[in-house]
Amino acid sequence: MSMSGFMTALRSEAKYGLGDTMQLWKRNLLAYRRQPDLLVFSTIQPVMFVLLFAFVFGGAIQTGPIPYIDFLLPGILVQSGLFGSTQTGVGLAEDVRSGMIDRYRSLPMARSAVIAGRILADTTRNMFVLTLMVGVGLIIGFRFHGSVAGATAMLLLGVVFAQAFSWISAAIGMSVRRAETAQVASFVWIFPLTFVSSVFVPIETMPDWLRAVAQHSPVTLTVDAMRGLALGVEFWGSLMRSLAWIVGIMVIFVPVAIWRYRKIA
Amino acid sequence: MSPQAPVVVVRNLSKSFGDIKALSGVSFDVHAGTVVGLLGPNGAGKTTLVRILTTLLDADTGSAHVAGFDVLRDKARVRPVVGLAGQYAAIDPVMTGRENLVMVARLYHLPRAEAESRASELLMRFGLTDAADRQSDTYSGGMRRRLDLAASLVADPRVLFLDEPTTGLDPRGRMELWAMVRDLVSDGMTVLLTTQYLDEADKLADRIVVIDHGRIIAEGETDELKGMAGGTYLTVRVNDLSSVEPVRCVLAQEGDGPAMVDDSSGEVSVPLARGAAKLAGIVRRLDEADIAIADIGLRQPTLDEVFLSLTGHVASDDGSCKQTSTEES
Repeated sequence: MSMSGFMTALRSEAKYGLGDTMQLWKRNLLAYRRQPDLLVFSTIQPVMFVLLFAFVFGGAIQTGPIPYIDFLLPGILVQSGLFGSTQTGVGLAEDVRSGMIDRYRSLPMARSAVIAGRILADTTRNMFVLTLMVGVGLIIGFRFHGSVAGATAMLLLGVVFAQAFSWISAAIGMSVRRAETAQVASFVWIFPLTFVSSVFVPIETMPDWLRAVAQHSPVTLTVDAMRGLALGVEFWGSLMRSLAWIVGIMVIFVPVAIWRYRKIA
Repeated sequence: MSPQAPVVVVRNLSKSFGDIKALSGVSFDVHAGTVVGLLGPNGAGKTTLVRILTTLLDADTGSAHVAGFDVLRDKARVRPVVGLAGQYAAIDPVMTGRENLVMVARLYHLPRAEAESRASELLMRFGLTDAADRQSDTYSGGMRRRLDLAASLVADPRVLFLDEPTTGLDPRGRMELWAMVRDLVSDGMTVLLTTQYLDEADKLADRIVVIDHGRIIAEGETDELKGMAGGTYLTVRVNDLSSVEPVRCVLAQEGDGPAMVDDSSGEVSVPLARGAAKLAGIVRRLDEADIAIADIGLRQPTLDEVFLSLTGHVASDDGSCKQTSTEES
């Protein structure tokens, strides 16, 4: 692209980015409204995970003075957000397959809007799912021990963290040929990332080499920050490092995802 | 721009995917208000060309301009003036017909009220008013294709690109779509159409560009192309399908090109430059071979034959004769 072409593109992003993103957000949310079963099933699984982990593993995992449900809930919110972020890539891969992306790319719309609109819709869904999970948690004994602001910040951090991973998922979704591949490709890295962390268990019991990995994992840092916020204990250290990860991921993967979108062959 | 100025100018365009040359040195023009049919088999490079012209894909070398804008360097200016309807109807199945069109209009940055009135207008024009507020996944294939076509016209483009617009449609759907394209053209739309159906190019296009393996192998008006295929054709029809092969064999030897067989109708055709002069001899040979002829005649070639003789893609070539003796050859 020439320099003037690049400037034109930038101006177009600034002028139309938000409006075009909102159009795509509306379109993607309609899918949930028109296919309620899609929302039901994307909700049942996270709720089921809360119940399974609380009641099946709850008794066996030692979390010191903290009740396991208080330990578990922030972790399982992050796990649910990460698994949910794979849907971004699946949805985009499906749009590539169906030709929708060709339509969008032939329009004079902002180049970031198709992905941003998809991620905004997935984030909306995620906000709904995480809130529901907290509700279910409260029913089975979870309690916030900090402030209302802390509880809100915990939820927001979970949503923003998942949103960052949606950009990775988007880049993958537009690099593979089929939606099924996008799904499988995501779980290859989402699974170890989720389990080698403090999501379900305290990392102190892990072998040294694994703990070294786990304690720097963005998942651990985010879960620890959310736990701190929910329990009303120290959270700043892990929060700052979690935010650094979120910013880092987006600095790399927002441009990569948009580049993939522009270059779909 | 004057009515005869070219709206699409393609010069020496090439594109490779790895080792595969999808396009090599393609050049042609599309003049305002005309329909150019890009005719070729699967994999000829038609879709690649349309994707380059609609800014979806970069070319390796060469240049292309649409409405005066460079499609490789000035994509943002090209997009508002092109409409694209693809072989896969690119509409959202979860949205209604109206919602699909309003969304596209909004993405062309039309104000809301204008987007809605434009959608209503197009729904009416394409006979979708009754279905407008139904989810488009309840539409028939033909309706989806019409909605797709309507979406491509939302912003009143200067050039409409139709990439195999009737692939997969039933005969009635094809007729309906053809009628709508002809309507658009009579209103002055410039169209570049790709197709593997020769009757489609014949029915819709003013000029035909024949493309194969990424190269233009012929270009002209329908009649000129038919002339290139060698003038007259001879067709022999038999009722007994077991006679098809001996007939093919005789025609392959007497004719000026490969003989083509239509097994379903029992027809065998071959180009025959000096048709009238050779007809008697052929009838005699068929008679000597004891073949009962249901019909025989000389005629103008169809575009199918034009295409086959230009590309050389023929299922059965002349030469080997399995059943009849070949004493004269």
